Amino acid sequence: MSIKVRIPQPLQKLTRGQEEVEAAASDVKGLIDDLEKNFPGIKDRICDGQGKLRRFINIYVNEEDVRFQQGDATTIKDGDEVSIVPAIAGGAQ
Amino acid sequence: MILNDEQIERYSRQILLPKIGGGGQERLLAAKVLVVGVGGLGSPVAAYLTGAGVGTLGLVDSDSVDITNLHRQIIYSTDDLGKAKVEAAKVRLERMNPDVKVIVHKLRLTSANIMAVINDYDIVVDGTDNFPARYLINDACVLAKKPLVHGAFFRFEGQAMVIKPGEGPCYRCMFSEPPPPGAVPSCQEAGVLGALAGVIGLIQATETLKLILRIGEPLVGKLIIFNSLEMGFRKVKVPQDKNCPVCGENPTITELIDYEIFCGIKKKESE
Repeated sequence: MSIKVRIPQPLQKLTRGQEEVEAAASDVKGLIDDLEKNFPGIKDRICDGQGKLRRFINIYVNEEDVRFQQGDATTIKDGDEVSIVPAIAGGAQ
Repeated sequence: MILNDEQIERYSRQILLPKIGGGGQERLLAAKVLVVGVGGLGSPVAAYLTGAGVGTLGLVDSDSVDITNLHRQIIYSTDDLGKAKVEAAKVRLERMNPDVKVIVHKLRLTSANIMAVINDYDIVVDGTDNFPARYLINDACVLAKKPLVHGAFFRFEGQAMVIKPGEGPCYRCMFSEPPPPGAVPSCQEAGVLGALAGVIGLIQATETLKLILRIGEPLVGKLIIFNSLEMGFRKVKVPQDKNCPVCGENPTITELIDYEIFCGIKKKESE
């Protein structure tokens, strides 16, 4: 199983600068755990203390926001593209 | 409004477009757009809306032109250093196109003043650089039912979306709450590629023109993500969230919030 995961700029420090990484999982929860194994610290950035997705960061499987699918139980299959997208603020300064 | 000969000539290259024509140009000249934050995003937005002949352009910014702004805030010159951004921008824009009336709002938007400021405009463009302002503008536009054109960037990546209250999702449908202070570095700390700000700003300018002209498909319910390093765009779907705290079925936010108060972000002294 190989799933492409798009890592946003603010989290690329944890993936050693990689914009795209591979993960093996059958659902979103498994994907986050797999990412954490390879890139320690990333789970804490994506999830809160209860393991729920933070409210200023979203996970999309292909183009769909998992909050409107089955949340962290949303299934992922080989070839899917997962994007982690945080709120960003830059503009004027 | 009837176009004069000079206007017909000035705007001829866009009047020629079948979806625009003289009627579209008249619509542009009658439009009132508010650009909040005249920086990396607001500069290209304001410049292109001015060029296109958007008749009334409101500019909101409380800052002055700093030398570190000039690599991306392309409407300012070295001569403008130290001047109020809105004043320097007004001079430059009105010189570019005397058809455009530039109204300056040299202030920082707060829950107390935002409704009065946005009230006079048809469309709001968010070119701010911080979460308290972004959430305040989103909430105010939802409550006032004003279309809002969102854009943001970080280092080499940017995002844009159009919010049409009542017709599609708002910013809180996507990210219901701002991150706690310090969780996300600002541009000041993180840096930004100047031309990236231009790309995102021009997506905002294009969407604004489409909204005024009522052509094409607005970027509603979709977030566009641009990566300048791989030179690619992606779109993700943004559904309207029935549990959204401001535009959902049972909104919990019914009045505006000044996040600065509890985000602890220091207010600028320069006002």
